[in-house]
Amino acid sequence: MLSTTEGYMTPDGRQIGGVVMEMKNITLKFGGVTAIEDISFDIHEGEIRAIIGPNGAGKSSMLNVISGFYVPQQGEVFFRGTKRAQLKPFEVARQGIARTFQNIALFEGMSVLDNVMTGRLTHMKAGIISQSLWRGPAEREETENREICERVIDFLEIQSIRKTPVSRLPYGLKKRVELARALASEPKLLLLDEPMAGMNVEEKEDMSRFILDVNDEFGTTIALIEHDMGVVMDLSDRVVVMDYGKKIGDGTPSEVRNNQAVIDAYLGVSHD
Amino acid sequence: MPEQLFFTIEVILNGLMAGVLYSLVALGFVLIYKASGIFNYAQGVMALFAAMTLVGIMEGRIPFAHLINAILGTKIHHFGWHVNAVLALILTMGVMLLLAWLVQKVIFKHLVNQEGIILFMATIGLAYFLEGVGDLMWGGDIKMLDVGIPQGLNLWIDETTYNMFDYGFFIDNLDIYATVIAAILVFVLVGFSQYTKQGRAMRAVADDHQAALSVGVSLNFIWIMVWTLAGFVALVAGIVWGTKSGVQFSLSLIALKALPVLMLGGFTSIPGAIVGGLIIGVGEKLFEFAVGPLIGGATENWFAYVLALLFLVFRPQGLFGEKIIERV
Repeated sequence: MLSTTEGYMTPDGRQIGGVVMEMKNITLKFGGVTAIEDISFDIHEGEIRAIIGPNGAGKSSMLNVISGFYVPQQGEVFFRGTKRAQLKPFEVARQGIARTFQNIALFEGMSVLDNVMTGRLTHMKAGIISQSLWRGPAEREETENREICERVIDFLEIQSIRKTPVSRLPYGLKKRVELARALASEPKLLLLDEPMAGMNVEEKEDMSRFILDVNDEFGTTIALIEHDMGVVMDLSDRVVVMDYGKKIGDGTPSEVRNNQAVIDAYLGVSHD
Repeated sequence: MPEQLFFTIEVILNGLMAGVLYSLVALGFVLIYKASGIFNYAQGVMALFAAMTLVGIMEGRIPFAHLINAILGTKIHHFGWHVNAVLALILTMGVMLLLAWLVQKVIFKHLVNQEGIILFMATIGLAYFLEGVGDLMWGGDIKMLDVGIPQGLNLWIDETTYNMFDYGFFIDNLDIYATVIAAILVFVLVGFSQYTKQGRAMRAVADDHQAALSVGVSLNFIWIMVWTLAGFVALVAGIVWGTKSGVQFSLSLIALKALPVLMLGGFTSIPGAIVGGLIIGVGEKLFEFAVGPLIGGATENWFAYVLALLFLVFRPQGLFGEKIIERV
């Protein structure tokens, strides 16, 4: 089932499409430290794909490779069927890959709505003169983009804080605003870096529900990183497990759960 | 007594208009500092360079004429034509755009993520370099700049107020034009940063580099854009100051006048630059008028800096600056 490049059917009856993104033999080094060693995996259209592993396993590095923040020394990245050239992060974003950050990277000085609107930047085409005059295509474009943003804001239930400066929001809401900004760009692939980190149980449940709803409602392909096994197992269709920069497991949550190497990594068996 | 009152009002009005000129210079600083965290020491020299280029193009001077003559033994100085002010303005804008691109490409692209003090040092280097290149390109002589802005006493205001109050206000035409130009410039800048895609991207970069990258904003493009904007602001400041007192080296020293304005208004606030400039303009004129005679005058040279010092003690972030509070 996992080796097919075609789609597959999930246990709960959702049809998953073909491969959107494929990582082939990725190796990433920082000086003498190997953060990622020869890892390959793929992400199918419409699925929720998790990358898990203990602290320092190289999960965030992997996400940064996908989003172009890190450039791997070896390996190839295929996105929607074509091999991706070495791109800058903003070029990756323009290809339709949106992301959130582990330590939240929002525009603190702007309101929630303005933050979400920045997610539409890549979709705006109107010329600068027409924009300044607020006429013709610019006006239409702004209205359209605004509508999309309002829909996302509605969806994530943050209408009440639309005009609030982000710097005043509590942590959990900031995480949600960041998700909203990423969603506003209507991404073909959404990357979530520890979306549940630092949250209490209630906030975690909320976030899980939003992630599932986003996937369900918009059919968004999601790749997420988490070190909390419990949350991930309920959420994802397939899981990659990393430890010390290597891939030690790949499969459905139940397959991974019964994988001896994964159990060892999480329970802390000595590496000799 | 009313005479005294009218005179005070006149002093305030002149102070306000002098303040507008300070604001104009401070604006250039704020633009670059906000978007890239670089305190651009070269802003004053950029104004000088822009004004020199404008004069040079208008008068049809040959760039680097002295250099060419020294090497080839020729004696060329002028193309022998004069360029219309509007066309020369557009060409100068082109030169400022090119300069912005070069500054980003050659200097700051390689200094991303460096400490503020290193970026500041780089701008000091840029200032001296640009000053030298300006002299080499257009010659070091004092140039007259006339783009058609009228100068001297505004007779209409003088007469009207004389008829109304029996006291004629002395207002310089150039000051009035400068005020109008500055107002338009601020209006355009604020509109640009609030309502256009590029403006939104600029604010995004000013706020968080990583986040800006993740929504598809090219930092390099924004920084070139910001340096270009600062170049345009420098050009406007250079035109107004150059018309007032000739295009010469001392023009670059207006940057020093902008420092207290920034301390007052805050380094990151466009309204702050405006209000700060006005306060200093009015403050130094009033102080000179009220206290100057008692202590021997020439207070305008230091008043702004003392005011800035007081602000540093009591409100270090300036009037509109962001207070940095770190939650622990």
